[in-house]
Amino acid sequence: MSLDTSKVATSNGATAATAGKPSKLGGVAGWADERLGLAGAMKKNLRKVFPDHWSFMLGEIALWSFVVLLLTGVLLTLWFTPSMGEVHYEGSYDQLRGIEMSEAMASTLNISFDVRGGLLLRQMHHWAAMLFIASMMVHLLRVAFTGAFRKPREVNWVIGCLLLLLGTLEGFTGYSLPDDLLSGTGVRAADGFLKATPVVGSYMSFFLFGGEFPGQAIIPRLYIIHVLLIPGLLLGLIAAHMLLLVYHKHTQWPGPGRTEQNVVGFPMLPVYAAKAGGFFFIVFGVTAIMGGLLSINPVWKFGPYDPTKVTAGSQPDWYMGWPDGLLRIMPGWESVIFGYTISWNVMIPILIVPPTMLVILILLPFIEAWITGDKREHHLLQRPRNAPTRTAVMVSLMTFYGLAWAAGGNDIIAIKFHMSINHITYFMRVMVFLGPAIAFFVTRRWCISLQRHDNEKLLHGYETGIIMRSPEGGYSERHLPISEASAYSLTARDRDEIYTVEGDTDANGVVAPGSRAQAVRAKLSEKMYGYNVQKPTAEEIEEAHHHAEHEHELEAGLDHPADGHQFDGHSDHTVDEAPLRGH
Amino acid sequence: MIEPGNDDATGSTAHGGTPAIPEEPIANPGLPAHTWRPTDLDEGAAKRAERQVAGFFFLSMVCTVLFIVAYFTLQIGDNFDTFIGLGASTVALGLALGGAMLFIGVGIIQWARKLMGDHEISELRHSASSSVEDREATLAALDIGIEESGIGRRPLVRNSLLGAVGMVGLPLVVILRDLGPTNNQVANAEAGTGLQHTIWKKGMRLVRDVVGTPIMASELEIGDLVNAAPEALFPTEENGYPEIEGVKLNVQKAKGAIIIVKMEPDEIKHGKGRENWTVDGVICYSKICTHVGCPISLYERTTHHVLCPCHQSTFDLADSAKVIFGPAHRPLPQLPLAVDDEGYLIAQADFDEPVGASYWEREKQ
Repeated sequence: MSLDTSKVATSNGATAATAGKPSKLGGVAGWADERLGLAGAMKKNLRKVFPDHWSFMLGEIALWSFVVLLLTGVLLTLWFTPSMGEVHYEGSYDQLRGIEMSEAMASTLNISFDVRGGLLLRQMHHWAAMLFIASMMVHLLRVAFTGAFRKPREVNWVIGCLLLLLGTLEGFTGYSLPDDLLSGTGVRAADGFLKATPVVGSYMSFFLFGGEFPGQAIIPRLYIIHVLLIPGLLLGLIAAHMLLLVYHKHTQWPGPGRTEQNVVGFPMLPVYAAKAGGFFFIVFGVTAIMGGLLSINPVWKFGPYDPTKVTAGSQPDWYMGWPDGLLRIMPGWESVIFGYTISWNVMIPILIVPPTMLVILILLPFIEAWITGDKREHHLLQRPRNAPTRTAVMVSLMTFYGLAWAAGGNDIIAIKFHMSINHITYFMRVMVFLGPAIAFFVTRRWCISLQRHDNEKLLHGYETGIIMRSPEGGYSERHLPISEASAYSLTARDRDEIYTVEGDTDANGVVAPGSRAQAVRAKLSEKMYGYNVQKPTAEEIEEAHHHAEHEHELEAGLDHPADGHQFDGHSDHTVDEAPLRGH
Repeated sequence: MIEPGNDDATGSTAHGGTPAIPEEPIANPGLPAHTWRPTDLDEGAAKRAERQVAGFFFLSMVCTVLFIVAYFTLQIGDNFDTFIGLGASTVALGLALGGAMLFIGVGIIQWARKLMGDHEISELRHSASSSVEDREATLAALDIGIEESGIGRRPLVRNSLLGAVGMVGLPLVVILRDLGPTNNQVANAEAGTGLQHTIWKKGMRLVRDVVGTPIMASELEIGDLVNAAPEALFPTEENGYPEIEGVKLNVQKAKGAIIIVKMEPDEIKHGKGRENWTVDGVICYSKICTHVGCPISLYERTTHHVLCPCHQSTFDLADSAKVIFGPAHRPLPQLPLAVDDEGYLIAQADFDEPVGASYWEREKQ
């Protein structure tokens, strides 16, 4: 390639260097840089590397569904009236015409029946909210199961947990806005939760509702929380989440050429920008199709809120289901102490357990780091099996969540499966304690068996499915070594180190300060790692391979799959030439 | 382009400050060789991919046009049920908008996968922390700043500032006080306001909750359940109750709702002091669940049980509405009944305890 001197900058040393005849893009970029000075930051980031794996897409679904929420939400505000003023509905929906209802409900019906595309917007908004929260939860599980929350990403984990909390509250405030019978029932239950708060309960209720329930302040107040306060917080936290992601660089799976010191993948421009940007359109498109085809929250069927009415099967949106389930299976405990009422039956399932779960979730990376004493940075992900205790803790928490959630549908389960609701409730009361414990032990043992299986693959190769008959008449399955790349990937993990207390007494036999905590830590570390299977050493692999070579000699001559017709003339000849299934 | 890091093939052994790790059993083989795609090697395949991508973008344009056509041609309103429970307009708009967006996305991703460069590149990571020099310089700057401010040497300034800033948050809290009145401010037995009172009064008729007609005690059959309300919520010239609407109406509806059931008089186990609260087997309770305040509704006439559909608290209406199952703790408050001269059901008095969910100072009022 010849050198094109017309593009070399000319400078007389007294004025800024100017490039000769810049391209159009270069011209725009130059104009911008002279005012904004972005080239310095862009230089590094335009070709920033993002590793590729399907599981890294889960958070992206959350991000893009949030964008869909913002877009559809802004459009909905153009028609929605957040007011509890009573009006007679006079719109297109025949069954409710002439009925008295709040302006919020009437404008929701108006959006659904008299604004073209309005029902689509409402349903897209609701479906996007479902996707937003569901993808945040699955993304959270991915991060936890792969150990991506380890140093240096703990802060981003905390931000993520707060996003999940805010997303849930945003969902509740959102579906309460239409002031329909179902959501109004939920708001009344929320009033009950507030009243159950010790000391200040009735004050909180009266302040939130602007007086006695239902008042006329709650819808406008929920509205401003829903469209300004929480979205503002969400936007800020999402921005921080993304900035930290870029700063830390994304984690990657271990594999050939992928180490703790590098990040391997496609550059932001063009591939990742195209894939991520294209994915926005996909999420948007899927949400639009869901909004067009799948009915969600048909408030016209529930009717306007009336504090004397209720529908059977009243349930909140699914992400609020698990506290509701705990509320259902909680025994009716209430005590009166010095004349003051303490409603354990509401406080424990609503005001105590869910916040505690959130705190446990937020603390997970910190607890783990304290027990292991690990202060290194981690950028390579772990397979869930290689952290059996962490995986078991997460599955245990998931089991608790799932059981509580199922308890929130105990009436539906009873009806659909013709079961006694009382028995389901008693069963759940026990299972929310027993289930997580069983899940913990099963998961841990399962992970450890999988670790053993990995080691067997490393040492003895994979199972080919070929059954060999020895001259003595014994049968055995033929094993072949796995590829170098997969063998490396299996061993690309740290050996677990059990934390041990060193020098807890000094020369005079005086116990070092903090040694009790250290002893607890050592014990927990032992419990956490003690049963894990470590990867084989170089010698063990060497020895196993030596042994295998000997075996292979005996089995030589059968390096193709056998179909049993080798000698009877019915053989499918293509089988002879087919290579063995590779690993 | 930075070449993939084969040089650090020993992988994770290089962490600083950890004890020696046994040698890695298998050396890092380095990034696998790049494999070319058909579109890289075959100009025809590349052209085909190009046409596919453009085709997707074209389809998106078609969908956008369809969206606009559907918007102006399909009517909404009464026909929302035309197609599997959805309006034809909603279905068409959703599919068209979905297609318009989806095809752009699919096109871009196809472009990225088939035609954009697919060389994986490797970038070195840096520790999340700043360099030691930067840290020291920052700490030094911080020290100088703190030193020059004199905040350490002048505790009076520091502490008074902390006090002032701490206190200046109070207006934010105080200004929220007028979000609403407190229960004590609104509580009025005469008006039926406040958590501990309802609009029920001695002599007020029980009326059907939708139409507002009074209920003749003798008209009820055994096994009947009637959802009812206080007559004051249906003011007419004849009954003379004052006009009530809007917030006040909803507040009173939320507290005053009742259920009336009739059962065999000898099946009723009267509560202490409640022996004359029923009229010939007709018994009346608050409809508002004592758990978190849902209106209860599901009645089983053979067992006299009523179930709250929200959290399944079950009350035995024959036995002072005691909780026999579920998370509620307290029985439903009972309304003492009588009949007036014309034979209509009336209340003897307001409920003798607050209806609905429990709250802290409930027993004190």
